[in-house]
Amino acid sequence: MAESSDSGLPQTIDAVIDLLAEEDYLAGRPLATVLFLALRMKRPLFLEGEAGVGKTEVAKVLAKALDRPLIRLQCYEGLDVASAVYEWNYPAQMLEIRMAEASGLSDRSRLESDIFSERYLIRRPVLQALKSTGGRAPVFLIDELDRTDEAFEAFLLEVLSDFQVTIPEFGTVKAAEPPIVIVTSNRTREVHDALKRRCLYHWVDYPAAAEELAIIRRKVPGCNEQLSSQIVAYVQKLRTIDLFKNPGIAETIDWATALTELDRLALDPETIGDTLGTLLKYQEDIARIQGSEGQALLSEVKADLLAAAV
Amino acid sequence: MAGGQAQDGILVPLPVQGDGQLADNIVHFARVLRRAGLKPGPGAVIDAIAAVDAIGIGSRIEFHAALSAIFVKRHEDQPVFDEAFSVFWRSRDLIGKMIALMSPVAAIGERQKPKAGGARVSDALFAEKSRQPAPRDEPDVEIDARLTVSGQEVFRRLDFGQMTATELAEARRAIGRLVMPDDAVQTRRFRPSNRGRIFDARATMRQSLRSGGDLMLPRFRTHREQPPPLVVLADISGSMSQYTRIFLHFLHVLTERRRRVHTFLFGTRLTNVTRQLRHRDPDEAIAQCSDAVADWSGGTRIGETLRQFNRQWGRRVLGQGAIVLLITDGLERDDVDLLATETDRLHRSCRRLVWLNPLLRFAGFEARARGVRAMLPHVDELRSVHNLNALSDLVKSLSAPLDRDCDPRRLLDTGRLVMKGRMTS
Repeated sequence: MAESSDSGLPQTIDAVIDLLAEEDYLAGRPLATVLFLALRMKRPLFLEGEAGVGKTEVAKVLAKALDRPLIRLQCYEGLDVASAVYEWNYPAQMLEIRMAEASGLSDRSRLESDIFSERYLIRRPVLQALKSTGGRAPVFLIDELDRTDEAFEAFLLEVLSDFQVTIPEFGTVKAAEPPIVIVTSNRTREVHDALKRRCLYHWVDYPAAAEELAIIRRKVPGCNEQLSSQIVAYVQKLRTIDLFKNPGIAETIDWATALTELDRLALDPETIGDTLGTLLKYQEDIARIQGSEGQALLSEVKADLLAAAV
Repeated sequence: MAGGQAQDGILVPLPVQGDGQLADNIVHFARVLRRAGLKPGPGAVIDAIAAVDAIGIGSRIEFHAALSAIFVKRHEDQPVFDEAFSVFWRSRDLIGKMIALMSPVAAIGERQKPKAGGARVSDALFAEKSRQPAPRDEPDVEIDARLTVSGQEVFRRLDFGQMTATELAEARRAIGRLVMPDDAVQTRRFRPSNRGRIFDARATMRQSLRSGGDLMLPRFRTHREQPPPLVVLADISGSMSQYTRIFLHFLHVLTERRRRVHTFLFGTRLTNVTRQLRHRDPDEAIAQCSDAVADWSGGTRIGETLRQFNRQWGRRVLGQGAIVLLITDGLERDDVDLLATETDRLHRSCRRLVWLNPLLRFAGFEARARGVRAMLPHVDELRSVHNLNALSDLVKSLSAPLDRDCDPRRLLDTGRLVMKGRMTS
């Protein structure tokens, strides 16, 4: 652990909260604590939670705040080593072989070591993440890990525990300094225990009303105060009524932006009906809220806010 | 290592000094363990003899620890091993052991409640004994064999609900022998293939370098195939109780043989027992399932539990084109509209929804119950699962296209059935 590498990192949990807040990310104390631990212990951080609660954002903001490059590996079904770790530049290699032939070179072992050298290696995200410049390891985001299959997950085990990758023709590449790894998952599939065991685990939940209000104030500065408190109260209420897919923070921000664009100052049933698509993404949910249930919800929210104001 | 040594590549176990019987007994013990489901190889037996020789014949605890360290390679096998150990090493000679095993007084005094794996251990010991006189009575064996063959036919059509304990045990063994379906679907991953159509630059390059880059023969690859995930939703309410145990055995075999099998049990609430069923020992796995479930043999709320599944688990386990096996009699007392909506959602989020209904065994089964009528339009296949034949048909059908005979609409479209339903109600 080099002295220089630690200097840029926050030294307390409060420092983590401040650091993220500078980049407009309001992290709760539990999240800040695990982030702090991950940075301190140099362990990957596994963030799980519903879509739209700001898991990916953590990595982006962290990279920005620590002024480090962000390397993102977006996972998908069938992701393989060639597109995640490295690939050889085949056309260039073949050209090299031809050149060697033409010049009458017949040293086979030299040709082989020439061809499988750094020069022809195409670095994909995992290999890039293991390379640090000037003692500043990058932030490595492995996004939506649940979308890959078990085979790739198993491959990641070596990367996440030893921060190294083995390339048969080339040897083992080990990170001089472990990258800051953030793994996210939406739980569309259970991720294997072996992988989770190598990481610190944190479940990212929906924020409380006060937190969400603060987020709206920061992210949608043009949003009227009365409107934003109504929006937050309404969304918080929606999350309690057992929808098929609850709105995340991202959706709340979208909704607030949409209503601000429409120059609304307060919620009314018609506006809600027109803009519900920014908030809810399932037909059943939208149909339900557009009906009488949505109106009842709105009057409840208004009554609550009135009671709180008195 | 004094117990065994290598001579020209052949391992020869040497007799342990002092007790000529011990080495034989350990070999015998390993055979019992193998029958009970553990996998000690010949190397383990030699190691065990060496280990016992190394510690010397001292206390029983040390002896147990030494054998256990060698024969047990997975934590799940420990109860089976312990049970086998306590039965096998009870007395010195085999005859004594068999007497102890078969005398009820000794057995009751020995243990308070039946332990997991106990039945299989005694089966394993018993099988060992009954095999020995077999060579002498060959004609008898032949007659027996003919009887069992014709008996098999009847047996395979026997309803699980009417089986005796011995028959159920036989059924469980038959389930264990089922050949799993070969229903692979294409994945996005690749494997090398001579007949593939996709050019594999990496393999080509590697191959050509073997000849110094002179000869460049193209290599190809093709899509890898693997079985799709299988999600099982099994009703364990009172009305299904006579089928529950045998289904659990079936599910245990499925979980063991196939990757990505998720099992949920439901009565009035939903329980995920995937992890419990991964336990290698079937008795232990089923015992753990019943511990995990709070509402065993209670009522059913099919609609409500399906809703719970769709909300909590649907998106997590139904990815990558899962097949869903829904095992229930469809006798719903709650809200039928909810049941229809949720079955519909389940149907739309999986590749194939197969409804296994044990009630279908009755020749005159009609879709009269309200719950059944609500679910039928939303399933791809309706099958019966009340006997061994039905189970093996099911396993076969998983790798086949949809079966016309199992189309649920055959019970719905015909006006005749609807009329009948009205007349009786």
